[in-house]
Amino acid sequence: MLEIAHLNAFYGRAHILRDLALTVARGEVLVLLGRNGAGKSTTLKSIIGLVRPAPGSSIRFAGREIAGLAPHLIARLGIGYVPEERRIFTDLTVMENLEVGRRPPPDGREPWTPERLFALFPNLARMKDRPGGRMSGGEQQMLTIARTLMGNPTLLLLDEPSEGLAPVIVEQMAEAIAAVKRAGVTVLLSEQNLHFAARVADRAAIIEKGVIRWQGSFADLDAAPEVKAQYLSV
Amino acid sequence: MDFLLVQFLTGLANASALFLIASGLTVIFGVTRVVNFAHGSFYMLGAYLAWTIVRALWEWGGREPWLFVSGLLLAALAVGAIGALVEMILLRRIYRAPELFQLLATFGVVLIVQDVTLALWGPEDLPLPRPRWLRAFVEVAGERFPLYDLILIFVGPVVLGLLWLLFQRTRFGILVRAATQDREMVAALGVDQRALFTGVFFLGSALAGLGGAIVLPSQNANLQMDLAIIAEAFVVVVVGGMGSVPGAFLASLLIAEVQAFGIVLVPKATLVLVFLVMAAVLMVRPYGLLGRPQAHARAPTGSVAPVIRAAPGVLKIAGAIALALAAAAPLYAGPYALTVLIELVVFILFAASLHLLMGPGGVVSFGHAAYFGLGAYGAALGVRFLAVPMEAGLVLAPLLAGLFGVVFGWFVVRLSGVYLAMLTLAFAQIVWAAAFQWVELTGGDNGILGVWPSPWARDKALFLWLALVLCLGATLLLRRAIYAPFGYALRAARDSELRAEAIGLDAARLRLVAFVLAAVAAGIAGGVYAYAKGSVFPTYISIPKSVDALLMVLLGGVQTVSGPIVGAVAFHGLFLTLLQWVEWWRAALGLAIVALVLAFPEGIAGFVQRRWEARFGAAS
Repeated sequence: MLEIAHLNAFYGRAHILRDLALTVARGEVLVLLGRNGAGKSTTLKSIIGLVRPAPGSSIRFAGREIAGLAPHLIARLGIGYVPEERRIFTDLTVMENLEVGRRPPPDGREPWTPERLFALFPNLARMKDRPGGRMSGGEQQMLTIARTLMGNPTLLLLDEPSEGLAPVIVEQMAEAIAAVKRAGVTVLLSEQNLHFAARVADRAAIIEKGVIRWQGSFADLDAAPEVKAQYLSV
Repeated sequence: MDFLLVQFLTGLANASALFLIASGLTVIFGVTRVVNFAHGSFYMLGAYLAWTIVRALWEWGGREPWLFVSGLLLAALAVGAIGALVEMILLRRIYRAPELFQLLATFGVVLIVQDVTLALWGPEDLPLPRPRWLRAFVEVAGERFPLYDLILIFVGPVVLGLLWLLFQRTRFGILVRAATQDREMVAALGVDQRALFTGVFFLGSALAGLGGAIVLPSQNANLQMDLAIIAEAFVVVVVGGMGSVPGAFLASLLIAEVQAFGIVLVPKATLVLVFLVMAAVLMVRPYGLLGRPQAHARAPTGSVAPVIRAAPGVLKIAGAIALALAAAAPLYAGPYALTVLIELVVFILFAASLHLLMGPGGVVSFGHAAYFGLGAYGAALGVRFLAVPMEAGLVLAPLLAGLFGVVFGWFVVRLSGVYLAMLTLAFAQIVWAAAFQWVELTGGDNGILGVWPSPWARDKALFLWLALVLCLGATLLLRRAIYAPFGYALRAARDSELRAEAIGLDAARLRLVAFVLAAVAAGIAGGVYAYAKGSVFPTYISIPKSVDALLMVLLGGVQTVSGPIVGAVAFHGLFLTLLQWVEWWRAALGLAIVALVLAFPEGIAGFVQRRWEARFGAAS
């Protein structure tokens, strides 16, 4: 579904991603693990086009080269992006936020509607007309995912969805990701919370200093404590 | 009492036109963050196009009201299309450039539109013939009130309602509101920003065009409409809160009523009154009536490359050679060349004084001509009322400029960003209005003549040397200030006000000192200029003069100390060449500005510095 090769990205002169290579298979949930500053967010931003990949980078989505395309064109091909900072439109109501994200599905699948999303995130159903600025962090996190799903993506990029959330909300988030997966959406998420990652993801890739250092299942990861110690422990 | 009611209704009618143009400006700013100087030009085009279209329709189908209304709407649509075209051809390429460059580019459009309008419609004011129904009156409380004005009163609220529906009930409106807050996120959700921005420009320009069209029956189409309205529209937008349509509505009511009653109470100070209201509102509510602190849609101007290093040796040598050549000019140059050289030296100081504010100070002034003009008027008033000699006049010049620098600066340094820039513009317009309207003191439009140098300095060569000593001396002192501890503290306060204050720097006070220094320096330049020309006029304080200074600094590059010098030479050289050789010099200058902005978004000196460093490494 998504094949990344030789991905290089810079912030000014700082070289963030170095020849990064990663493949996400259709229908799976892949988690990108790594410490702060390892390059998780930059990887996701490079895929959606908010960070411009350096020349020579290759990002193939559903067989098509997307590196260097404008973000809105990448999104229209079926990639949904949920930013770490949520970036809710605070002046817009819940329904209006969803409207901004609305796009018809690229294939003939049943589209996400506000009603379907409210079933997934019941909290949102109770505040349809509330401005985004007057919602709690957890509610905003649900809204930002719901907003992106309104675009009917076939690949969903989630940047640290559990960050800063109360445990009960984290639990809801895990269920939501499972439901999204059941709906046939491929998911690539970044995480620092290993327990949450193990709960939602099929497979893990570990990134450090802009390079993928290790990939495998969580069973493999549990069997390799030295990997955890080297790349994940603080 | 009845008279007051009629005056009140007149105010309401004027508020409608003002709201149309201001709402367009505020919508464009809200989404694209472009401070669009060309908005006044769209308003002017609306009036001219309506003049042509309505007359053509009337010729075809008789002078019917419905043809009149159709003509106004067609004119608005045409202006909307022109606005969309400007966005697609020009602004789209420079959204990533610093805000001031966008402003300059839109000012280039102002100049181009002025000449195109002149070429198409000629220099005469164009009145619309008024059939009987356009001249009808109704009786309001025993007084006659124009029927057309009565209808206008309802146009504003109707448009406000339609805009409300557009922004609340349509997908386009929701996307626009979302993009106002976070354009990047909107793009990441698959929305084509470019189409959205073009749509917003179409809408905003069409509103401006409609505003120009509906005032046509009461004011003729004329070539001064653009700059006359843009200052007012800025005031309305700022008072209402930038980006807020309801704010623009409230503010247009407030400003139009202030004008309507001001003309009765203080007929000579209507312009001053409007800007005083704006200053008062901004003191109480720094983001306008309904505005909110700006979300930074991109890095603020001036923070891009805050590095200021000592000039490399080559540059010092080049500067010394240029200075020697200038000083020796009387040996080889004719009187015209000497006059040009004197002006150039004056403008170098003018630009350098603004650069101190904009570069190290991070204070963007849209109204720096005020201090230049105050310097010129300081000298001229001394000559007119006290008959002082030139030596004293040249002391009065920076004194008056510095005095107003203290007063205005005290208000200005309390604001930031676009609001700050708009307040500087407002203060400059107050000074301009005083020079223009207070005829007893300033001679109004006729200016003050007979500001001649003392006998010893009447020789061109001696005056050139005097100008060199005063202006270049002051410029070098300004450079010195940038490298002094004061300059470092100022830059610290610009880059991080909080951290600067945490180490004991008083940011507001530092900026005030910089403001006064810049005012004094601009005052010296203005004083020398007054004696060089022998006369002063309100145009010294006008918006184009302030834009000249901005152009010089930005063309040179804000973040290089030699920038203002290079910019002044480049701009003035370009200006004189065009003035002398090109008939349509305004359009040519506008095109040149647009081309320069597109080619050098970091300024000429900035461009050279980058190439230099790429080749030879940084100078530090």
